[in-house]
Amino acid sequence: MIASILASGLAVGAVYALIGVTYNTMFSASRVISFTAGMLGMLGGVFGSLFILRLGLPIVVGFALTMACCAVVGVITEFIAVRPVLKSLDQHLYVLSTLALSIMIQQLTATEWSTEPQRFPRLLDVGAGILDEKFWLPIVACGVVMGALEFLYRHTLVGKAFLAIAEDNFAARALGLPERNLRIASYALAGMIGAFAGFAGGELLLAFVANGSLLNFYGFVPVALGGLGNHRGAVVAGLALGIYQQAANFIVGGIFASVAVFALFIVLLLAVPQGLFGAPTVRRV
Amino acid sequence: MSGKSDALPQVSVDGGRERTRNTLVSTVPFIAVFAIALAVPFLTNDYWVLIATRTAIYWLLVGALNLVVGFAGQLAIGYVAILTLGAYVTTILAAGNVLPPVPPFVALGIAGVAGSVFGVIIGLPALRLRTFYFAITTFGFATIVTQVALAWQSVTGGGIGLPGPEFPAPFNSRLGFYYFCLACAALCTWMTANVAHSRFGRALIAIRDAEVAAEAAGISKARLLITVFIFTGAAAAVAGGLFASLQTYITPDAFTFDLSILFFISILIGGRGSILGPMLGTIILTLLPEIASPLATWSTFLYACLLLAVVLAVPGGIAALLDFKNRKPLLSNRAIVPRASAITEVLQSVQTRETLILRELVLSFGGVRAVDGVDLEVLPGEIHGLIGPNGSGKTTILNVISGYYRPEAGSVRLGDNALEQRSTVVRAASGIARTFQTPRIVGEATVLQNVLIGGTIRGRANFIETLLSLARHRQDEDMAHAEGLLALHAVGLRELADVRADRLQHSELRFMEIARALMGRPSILLLDEPAAGLSADEIKRLGQLVKAISRCGTAILVVEHHADLIFDICDRVTVLNLGQVLAKGTPTEIRVHKEVVSAYLGG
Repeated sequence: MIASILASGLAVGAVYALIGVTYNTMFSASRVISFTAGMLGMLGGVFGSLFILRLGLPIVVGFALTMACCAVVGVITEFIAVRPVLKSLDQHLYVLSTLALSIMIQQLTATEWSTEPQRFPRLLDVGAGILDEKFWLPIVACGVVMGALEFLYRHTLVGKAFLAIAEDNFAARALGLPERNLRIASYALAGMIGAFAGFAGGELLLAFVANGSLLNFYGFVPVALGGLGNHRGAVVAGLALGIYQQAANFIVGGIFASVAVFALFIVLLLAVPQGLFGAPTVRRV
Repeated sequence: MSGKSDALPQVSVDGGRERTRNTLVSTVPFIAVFAIALAVPFLTNDYWVLIATRTAIYWLLVGALNLVVGFAGQLAIGYVAILTLGAYVTTILAAGNVLPPVPPFVALGIAGVAGSVFGVIIGLPALRLRTFYFAITTFGFATIVTQVALAWQSVTGGGIGLPGPEFPAPFNSRLGFYYFCLACAALCTWMTANVAHSRFGRALIAIRDAEVAAEAAGISKARLLITVFIFTGAAAAVAGGLFASLQTYITPDAFTFDLSILFFISILIGGRGSILGPMLGTIILTLLPEIASPLATWSTFLYACLLLAVVLAVPGGIAALLDFKNRKPLLSNRAIVPRASAITEVLQSVQTRETLILRELVLSFGGVRAVDGVDLEVLPGEIHGLIGPNGSGKTTILNVISGYYRPEAGSVRLGDNALEQRSTVVRAASGIARTFQTPRIVGEATVLQNVLIGGTIRGRANFIETLLSLARHRQDEDMAHAEGLLALHAVGLRELADVRADRLQHSELRFMEIARALMGRPSILLLDEPAAGLSADEIKRLGQLVKAISRCGTAILVVEHHADLIFDICDRVTVLNLGQVLAKGTPTEIRVHKEVVSAYLGG
């Protein structure tokens, strides 16, 4: 039992962690927490199933197309729901604009795709039981994304520019960084990370429209616990959340597993409002 | 005394009449809507009665939710969860499939209690965290409630569902049930209107748009929000119970997130801080898919587009479109003429005369000692100037006195009260009031409402008395309005009482903040650069006003860069430099103090 809790817990945890990283990537570029993060994860699964199973494309092509489509969705988010409200960040209009866009995405998917869970293709056909690929693929994906991001931030100029903008937007602009283009790039990147999460977790979570709002919530929990903008915090908290959720699932049953997650979320938020790895907020007067 | 106050009773009587007239005028649209609603069964068929019943139930929820979203500005996007909860609790208790069955109305009442408990639980993060966290908790709660309803088959019937409760005669007929729901909706409208036009409603708006000023006025965000969450949760759960009865059969599918969006958008389309707007919003959005039936399948998509459009294009909603009063241009050559004589009237009820004493105050930010061992006394009736170069710690000291910062060492005492360890919100009650370097105001509220925020803690009616508009609430309101108009009269803004505050000039906002501070009947008043941005004439009048206030026995601490004003009005002056006291004395002594002249005054 412990083995299967760990296997499925780490697998869903890795998906939650990646959605958390998606939230963070968008937040770092714009100070906006976007409700489209979970939708991108959902689209990763839906596009994968659409391209590979329904249209019969090779897996590699299907994967590339999925990533490209979600990158476009990310950019659309920036254009429609983020840029217009950046001027008035303090009014939190972004909550509403990104929520509106995410509902549109969800509704379109429900109408044009299906409201029922659909099969996701078997990608590599490796492993069985608790070593089945559906359990370890998301974990590998999580590792790949973290490695790639680390490389991006440390060894490329664009990555350093991302960091500069996340640290101090005004100073970065004053230095002449193309803030708008970097923001668009960040949203495309976030789109791809979300898609990757949904694609790698596709065999586990299926191509299901309702995953969008579930991932929105379960993906935000690691962000809140790990501290906004903190990728590593999100990964640690995401994996822990996955194990906790699956353990609750095995011990108290499916009904109350989600209640257990929710209760933990509220309690931890109240106990450590800035997240376990976050920094406290600054002066207001 | 009698000679001075001749004009004053006139002010309050006029105000009272005007208020009654305004109230009557503003109820006309509500009466019209409910009159039409009453006539619906006689004008149309059963189908439309059903739709009207549903609209009434939605409005019961939306009307209460309006206090959370429209007034307090909290983004509660998942309130369908409480509707679901209320529906299942009522149904399960009335059907008795877990416990022995109870009468439907009792079940409805218990659902209301459960709704308020969960309303508070999901609201907890809103008390401490950024707006988005509250949005996501309500969102998460909505996701989870549906999951639980689906999975907990033994109790909720899972996906198959349960038959909804039936209320006893005469409420079991279509017509009887409709009128019952309509009565609930009317009651909810009346209650929320009472709250909206009370110190609680004004405090909610203050929390939304000027949180720092709200704290300084002694408004406790946590307490106020919890009270409102209790009310809203109860109303939403009762709406759920009625909804279950209307549906005759409930399944988790009936409570999609789309409903939450409908509730939320109704309020936004209606406009923040309005009651009529969200009510029209609810009616329009509920009827829209019925009138244009091809739209029904796309209704959620449509709502989302509408939400995006409202957010991007008309943030004010319907209410802003209907606000004709604030389209009239204001006089462009108006002047602020404070009436020093009226100040005595405003402050006559202040009993306590306290001395503010700071001892050995220390506070650092990072490695910088912003305040480094400052001693300061401000006596009753004294105007004490606090001057010094930028960064010398003046505003920081005001912030320590108001409680935004806790000092690392040293004491802050007002009379016998040691304040240094107490939170900001209790300081208004101890007699401290202040203005801000940048005026902190509620732009969407009227000038008078802004001023009344300052008197929030002096109201005596509790939330329940306000909900039901009992005697104490009405006395509170009458008194607050009279006092508010008097305070505006005293600072010279009486004519602008009903104007939206964001239409005022900067200098007028400064005087408005003083009027707001006076509403708290402070024994010490802190003014943070009150003359910044004022014309020479206005500075002179400000000086007279401040002197008049101090003559009533109020201790005043002024931070200011206009040396002329400081030397004109202050009894004593403290000069700060690099967080330490450089000099203390009368204006005459300071003016010739060598170090002060070289460090600050120049010359």
